[in-house]
Amino acid sequence: MIVMQGIRKEYRMGDNVVAALDGVDIHIKPHEFVSIIGPSGSGKSTLMNIIGCLDTADEGVYRFDGLDITDYSEDELATIRGKKIGFVFQQFNLLPKLTAQENVELPLIYQGMSAGKRHKRSREVLDRVGLLDRLHHKPTELSGGQQQRVAIARALAGAPSLILADEPTGNLDSKTGADVMRLFHELHEAGNTIVLITHDASIAAQTPRAIHIHDGKVLEPMNESEVVI
Amino acid sequence: MNPIETIKMAFKAIWANKVRSFLTMLGVIIGVMSVTVLMGIGQGTTSSVTDSIASMGTNMLSVTIQTRRVGFGGPNRNNRSAGARGTVILKTEDVLSLKDNEYIQYVSPTVSGSLTAKAGSTNTTASIMGVYPDYASIVNTELASGRYIMDADVSNRSAVCIVGQELAMDLFGNTNVVGNTLHVDGRKFRIVGVLDTENTQLIMPFTLAQRMLDSTSITSFYVSATDSTTVGRAEGAVSSFLYKKYQNDSTYSIMNQEQILETMEEMTGILTTMLGGIAGISLLVGGIGIMNIMLVSVTERTREIGIRKAIGAKRRNILLQFLIESVVLSGMGGVLGLLLGYVTMKVFESYFGMEVAATVEVAQLALGFSMFVGIVFGLYPANKASKLKPIDALHYS
Repeated sequence: MIVMQGIRKEYRMGDNVVAALDGVDIHIKPHEFVSIIGPSGSGKSTLMNIIGCLDTADEGVYRFDGLDITDYSEDELATIRGKKIGFVFQQFNLLPKLTAQENVELPLIYQGMSAGKRHKRSREVLDRVGLLDRLHHKPTELSGGQQQRVAIARALAGAPSLILADEPTGNLDSKTGADVMRLFHELHEAGNTIVLITHDASIAAQTPRAIHIHDGKVLEPMNESEVVI
Repeated sequence: MNPIETIKMAFKAIWANKVRSFLTMLGVIIGVMSVTVLMGIGQGTTSSVTDSIASMGTNMLSVTIQTRRVGFGGPNRNNRSAGARGTVILKTEDVLSLKDNEYIQYVSPTVSGSLTAKAGSTNTTASIMGVYPDYASIVNTELASGRYIMDADVSNRSAVCIVGQELAMDLFGNTNVVGNTLHVDGRKFRIVGVLDTENTQLIMPFTLAQRMLDSTSITSFYVSATDSTTVGRAEGAVSSFLYKKYQNDSTYSIMNQEQILETMEEMTGILTTMLGGIAGISLLVGGIGIMNIMLVSVTERTREIGIRKAIGAKRRNILLQFLIESVVLSGMGGVLGLLLGYVTMKVFESYFGMEVAATVEVAQLALGFSMFVGIVFGLYPANKASKLKPIDALHYS
C-alpha cells in the first residue's frame, strides 16, 4: 500500500537547513491499521503531508497503491488525493456554509459523480457513521463528535484506498474520542487501510501497529520480510 | 467536474455573503445603468433629430450665408453686421427671384432668434422664426388648428403668429389657443394657428420678424426643388446664383437633406459615444471593486481552498470556482443594472417627456462588457487562489 524509501524533507530556517524527515523508510500493507506516533517537532506532520500527497519529498522514493508518485505533478497528486485518500483532520475541516450531506458530497463533486449517485452515496456513508438524521445540519449545529463523524463520512465517501487521520481525537473529550476510535476500529475490521497520526501513546496503543518517529527518523526497525505491496 | 456544479457553488458563495455581494455588485449595477440610460438618451436624441429632419421631406435645400464678422452672431441691437458681412448684401427680392428657376418650386428666406413671449402674467422664451408662406411647404409643416402665414401677412407685416404646442401649453395651459393674443417684446400678436409639433416655436411673417430681430440682410433661406430627382439641379442653380453674387464659394453653404442628416447624425453620434464612454468608466471602476472584494475573499477563504484541494480539487477547479464567482457577480450586477436602467428610461420618458431609445444592442453591449469586466478583474484573484499550496492553505488561520 505505502512504500517509502529514504524520504527526506528539508526546511530552510534563516541560514540553517533543518531536516524534518531524514531518510524515512515506511512500509504499510493493505488493510493495516497503523499509528504514527511522535512528539511535536518530530516530523510526523511533515510525514503525514507526504503520505497524504499534500506535499512532496525532496529525496527518496514514494510508491502509493502500486504507483510511483515521486514525480507526480500538483494536479496528478490532487487526483490521487481525491480518489485514493480520505482525510480526517484534528480541526474537522468541514466547510461551515455547507450542510453535513453537502460536505460529504464535496469530494464526489470533484470526481465528477452525478448528483443522483452522490446523494445516494452520501446517505450511505452518513448512515455508516450514524448521522442519517443530521443530513441537513450545518457543522455549527453539530457537536464536536458529530462533526468528526461527518468528516469521517466525507473521507469514506470516495471509497478510498487509505484513510489518513491526523490527531482525529485531539479536539474531542475522552468519551467522544473513544467513540471515534471505536468507529475507526470498525472501519478497519471492514477492510479499510487506516493510518493515524498522533502524539498520544494511549491512542497509538489501540492500533495493531505503531510507527515511532523522532527527530525525523523512524525508530521502529523494519522487517523486510513483512513487506507486501 | 460538472460546470453546473461550479456555477451552483458560485451562487452559494455569493448568497452566503449577501450584503457584501450586493455592495460589490452595486458598482456594476450603477455602471450598466448609466451606460444604458446615457446611451439611450443619446440615441433617443439622434432619432428625434433625424426624424424631424427626415419629416421635412427630401426636396429641401438649406442655404446659410456666412458672416465675416468675428464674435457673437444673432440679434444685435447696434446692427452694423450688414456692412461687416462684405460688400454684397443679399436682398429678399434676390432670393425670391430664384423661384423663376424651372427646378425650384418654393423659396423662403428665414430669420430666427429668441425672444420673450408673454401671455397674461406668464413669461417664456420662444424660438422666433420669421418665414414666407412657402416655408410651410418646404419643411412639410402640419397645423393642429388655424391657418399658416399668408402673403398678405408678409406684405402688411401683420402681427399674427403660429405657435408650437409646447409654447401654447406654457403660456395658456392648453393648445386650443387660436384667436388668443400674446405679447412678444411688448408687441401684441394674434395667434392664428397652432403647430402639430411639440416645440416652443413661434412663427411670424418674415418682414415683421426682421424688424423685431433687427436683422436687415438675409443670412439663411430655404429652397425646395420641384421633386426629389431635381434636387441636384436646383442645388446647382442656387449655387451659381450665389457664386455670381459673391464670387467666393466660402461665403455661403448649401446643404441638402442628406448632408444635414449626416451632419446631425455625426454630431449626435459623437454625443452618444461620449456619454457611453463616460458611463463605461464607471463600469470599469465597478470591475475594480469586484477584484478588490475577490482578493479579500480569497484571503478569507484560504482554509476553504486548502480543504477543497486536500479532498481532490485541482488548480483548474479552484480557478474556475473563483472566476465564475466574479463573473456571476458582474453578470447579476449587469442584469440588475439593465432592469434599473430600463425603469429609469421609462421614468425619463413619461415624466420629463424625453426621447429615450432602449435598444437591444445597447443592452447586449452593456451586459457583455460587464461580464468581460468580471472575467478580466476576476482572473487575478482566481489565479492567486488556485496557486495556493494545499498544506499552506490548510494550516492558515
